[in-house]
This record gives sequence, C-alpha cells and structure tokens, in this order.
Amino acid sequence: MSSKHVTSFKGITGWIDQRLPIFTLMQNEYGSFPTPRNFNYLWNFGAISLFMLLLMIGSGVVLAMHYTADTHLSFNSVERLMRDVNYGWLLRYMHMNGASMFFLAVYIHLFRGMYYGSYKEPRELLWILGVLILFLMIATAFMGYVLPWGQMSFWAATVITNLMSAIPLVGDPIVTWLWGGFSVDNPTLTRFYALHYLLPFVIFGVVFLHIAALHVCGSNNPLGIEPKSEKDTLPFHPYYTMKDTFGLCVFLMLYAVFIFWMPNALGHPDNSIPANPMMTPPHIVPEWYFLPFYAILRSFTIDIGIPFTHIVLISSKLGGVILMVTSIAVGFVLPWLDTSPVRSARFRPLYRIFFWVFVADSILLGYLGSQPPEGIYVIISQIAMAYYFAHFFLVIPLLSKYEKPLPVPKSIHEAIGSGA
Amino acid sequence: MRLILSLLATLVFALPAAAKEMHPHGPEGGWKHKGVFGSYDRGALQRGLLVYKQVCAACHALNLVAYRNLAMLGYSEDEIKTIAAEKRVKDGPNDQGEMFDRPARPSDPFVAPFANDQAARVANGGALPPDLSLIIKARHGGENYVYSLLTGFGETPPADMKILPGMNYNPYFPGGQIAMPPPLAADDLVSYSDGTKATKEQMAKDVVQFLAWAAEPHMEQRKRIGIRVMLFLLVLTGVFYAAKRQLWRDVH
Repeated sequence: MSSKHVTSFKGITGWIDQRLPIFTLMQNEYGSFPTPRNFNYLWNFGAISLFMLLLMIGSGVVLAMHYTADTHLSFNSVERLMRDVNYGWLLRYMHMNGASMFFLAVYIHLFRGMYYGSYKEPRELLWILGVLILFLMIATAFMGYVLPWGQMSFWAATVITNLMSAIPLVGDPIVTWLWGGFSVDNPTLTRFYALHYLLPFVIFGVVFLHIAALHVCGSNNPLGIEPKSEKDTLPFHPYYTMKDTFGLCVFLMLYAVFIFWMPNALGHPDNSIPANPMMTPPHIVPEWYFLPFYAILRSFTIDIGIPFTHIVLISSKLGGVILMVTSIAVGFVLPWLDTSPVRSARFRPLYRIFFWVFVADSILLGYLGSQPPEGIYVIISQIAMAYYFAHFFLVIPLLSKYEKPLPVPKSIHEAIGSGA
Repeated sequence: MRLILSLLATLVFALPAAAKEMHPHGPEGGWKHKGVFGSYDRGALQRGLLVYKQVCAACHALNLVAYRNLAMLGYSEDEIKTIAAEKRVKDGPNDQGEMFDRPARPSDPFVAPFANDQAARVANGGALPPDLSLIIKARHGGENYVYSLLTGFGETPPADMKILPGMNYNPYFPGGQIAMPPPLAADDLVSYSDGTKATKEQMAKDVVQFLAWAAEPHMEQRKRIGIRVMLFLLVLTGVFYAAKRQLWRDVH
C-alpha cells in the first residue's frame, strides 16, 4: 500500500483502520487527546449537552412514528401515545422534559464559557458555532412545542410567527408565506413538523463542527492559560471520560426526578386543552428557557418615529424583535467586545462581580417574562433589558480597558502545585 | 344568537380583573395519590366512576378514556362489558350500507352525552361543558382546583358583582361566574355500594381522584419505574464516583 497512513491497530480493526482511519481518529481525538488537567465540574456540560441532543433525537424519532401532523388529529395522536402505546408516556415525558434539561445544560455551558473567557482568541469560531447552535435549538424547541397542538402550542405559534409582521413593507407577506395561509393552520403545523424533524440533524452537523474546532485549539480551562507541557494535560480517556460519565449520572438523576415525579411541572396546563383558535388564553407564556428573551421582546413599548409627524420608523413591535434577536446575536461579536488579554474571571476581580450581576439580571428577566406585561413589571423589564445590553456594550468594553487583572500563573501544573 | 353568546362569553372571560378569586384547596387529609410513593385508592376510583356516570356524564364527555381502561380500577372483564353495555353507540355502515345502534363495547371510548359541540351548547344555554379526560392536567391547581370548584358553590357573591342570567357564583372559577349549575348540590346524589356516606365533599373527593386517574392512567407505573431508575442511577453514580476517585488519585 502506498498510503502514508500506517495503522497501529491489529486484525480486523487494523484492516479497516488502514483503509478508513476512524479508529486512529477516535484514538487521537477521544483517547489520547491532551486535555488540561484542571477542569472543574462545569466542564461536564458540553458532554452532557451532546448526550441530551442524542437522547432528544432518539426519543424524537420514535415519537414521530406515533405522531400525526394534522390539526384535527395531532392532540389525540399524542394522547393515544400517552395512553395506549407501551411506554409511550415515558418517551413523551423524556422528550418534553429533555428539552428543558438540554437548555439547562447548554445555558450552564454557555455561562461557563463567559466566566472563563472561552470565547477569546483562538476560540472565537468555536464560540460563534456555539451561538449558532443556540439559535437552531431555539427554533427547534419552538416548533416542537407547537406539534401537540394544545392551546399554548397554537397561541405561541401565533404570537411568534406574527413577530415577522413587524418587518417593514414585506412583513405581512412574509407571515402569510410562513403560515402557508392566512392564519396558523394545518399547513403551518405540517411544515413545523417537517422542520422540527430536520433541524436536530442540522444541529448535529454544527455540533460536529463545534467539536472539530475545539479539537484544533484544545479546551480552555479554569485558569484560562494554555497548557504548555505534558505536565499540564491528561489524556482525555480515561480521565475525562470517567469524570464526564460521573457528572452525567448526577445530571440524569435530576432529569429522572422531572420525568417520573413532576413531568408536567415545567409545562403549562393550557397545553392539555386542544388548540382553539376562537379562544385566547388569559396569559400566553413560553417555556421557561425562553422567558428572558420574551421579557426583552416585550420591554420595548414605544414607537420611534420622526418627531411632530405620524411617521413611525421603528414600531414598538419591530423594536422588540430587533432587541430580542440582538440579545442572542450579541454572542457573535462578544469575542471582539471583550479585549482583555486575561481569559478567566478568576484573575479579573471586577469582571467576576459584573458576571454575577449579569447572571442575576438574566434570571430577573426570566421571572419578568413569566409575569403579565403591566404596571411595575414593564418598568423593571425595561431596566433589566437595558442592563442586559449595557453589560455587553458598556461594561465589558470598559472593563477590558480599565480593569487591572491579577497576575496569571505561569503554567497549569505550577498553579495546581501551589494550591491556587 | 351565537354572536350574543360569544359576546357574553367574552364578557365572562374579561371579568377576572374585577373579581377576587379564591385560592384552591384540597380536602382534609390531602390526596392519597400524591407524593413520591402515592398510588390511586381503588375504592375512591370506583366511587368516583359512579359519580362521573351518574352526575358529570349528563353533560361532560370523557373521550380519551375507553371502557377497557376500567380494568385498572379493579373491574373484571365481565363487569366492564356490563358497564359499557349501559350505553349505546352508533356504528356502521354494515354490509347493507346502513348505520346501526349497538351496545357499547369495552374497546369503545366513554360514550359522550352529546353528538357534537353544537348540541352540547344548545342544551347548556350556550356554554360548552369541557371534556373531562385531561381536566386535572389542564387547570392551574389540578386536583385542588377541581375539588374547590365542585364544593365552592352556594356562597353569597360580593355586593358589587352582578350575576348574569344563567350563571352561578363560584369564587374559584376565573371571573367568579360559571355556567355550570352546582353539580353536587346535595348529599346522597349517588349511593355507594361500599357503605361510604355520599356527602358532597366525599363525592367531590372521589370524582376528583377518578379524574386524576383519567388524566394520568399510568402514574403508578411511572412512579414504580422511577424508583427503580433512581436506585439504578444512585448505584451507577456511586460506582463511577469511586472509579473516578481511584483513577484520579495520583493526579491530584
């Protein structure tokens, strides 16, 4: 054979590996792959997220076998699954609560990246792919929520698709095109179903790129300094495969509590009522993982126009949509907003404080998103929203410039040796 | 007419802002089927079925439950056949091309009181009695809400509330006015074969448990499997933790 690749595997494995080096690849990327030795348990959530994605695809494929996408049949097809299909209730509760657990894991993963500066050079593209995954997850979760065709499914679909009508000039035609008609109806349901089945595989593709990019530059770590020698790293297997599996088991216990004892706690009672286009629920609220964005969407309450005329340049609706999209898309530029040379918040005393203020602000926005948009809630939402953006466009750039970081250790093994 | 009715309905739904709603509560002693190990009380389920059949079923359907499901309540095959045969369903077409009536079979879903929603509205002054299959899951407060609603009739409305014609005051219902007349207005509407006294509260408590079962028929299996899964995960977590500690011993 003239191929440059010489396999170190023997027997059948060697025969395959000589022709298609997947075993060498696995060995290099997941076996001996040098990984910083100082990960804390927050580094488990990447693996946990991947596990949740695969679990969602697995359970979803089986659910799809029992589901019917038709406005007259969907609700009952889901109930038939819950009642008459062997372990159908288990599959559905795994999938329903799996979405929540997937978002929980991804949000922890994301905040970990922000705390330890994992988005900084050379990991900008890795981070950007992550933001892209978040966008795809949001679209997928939203469309999945519509499929059971309960009251909240229908009205969430109506509210969210209607947001597109805020786009100037072409808004209304776009909404009609999205719906496949003049209201949310059967064509909307069937296309959401098709896309809900498609997008997870797109996510899988982007996750592959996300991991490929990770394996080019290697993982960040709690100290935010690059490993310099072999003393700073450990082979991924068995050290991190074992640690990740342990973390995953703990996470699965939390997940199991929801599946088996409070499967509907994170859902909304109205989704146990079949969709009724003639009756609007008193409060339309999204799932918990969308609440902060929902609060931002609703916080923009004024029309911006040319003074002393009736010309509206940005309606309150359009303003809200722009803010909501920006609140996530800001991730794309975060690596360039934060120019501090130090990655980890451990050595950034001020950033560390503002990071936790930002986390608190995000949770506050989540709470506000669950409340009716009236009275004091509107004003608090506006302040919380303003702070959310100020964190990215004011606090982070200013800190990058004026914050005095603490001295960074020379190497990972030295820092561990000195007990830091 | 329909327009007036829908306007009326809008008005009723618009009222919550004006009226004070009361917080739902459960019966004394709580619900036996709640909690980590909670299971359904078969006696209560059978009594609840009786209340449903003799009171609620006059207006409310139970479309998602089939007679065969009553096996979970402890009924034998013959008993289920008898219960199903109390009702007649339209079937067909037969080989003559005709629709025909036959007694319901265990495989049929509970026979609905009305042929369609319009018929149900006409018979109920314009209001549509909801299907009860998922009612416990479909309301904030679940069991406590339905129990409070059933036992919450008969109080005097606040002075500033005008009860609309055909409506009844119930402080637990959003808006305080409900089209449903008090379904359990008196004791002994049903006679229980197990000697339990059929007070209003007892009937409400029993039928709520029956409806909780109807909404989540697999709850017991779910918790049973859940306990096994948790035990398995606990052991697995312990094993992996020990393995991880052992492996990392020299690293730290």
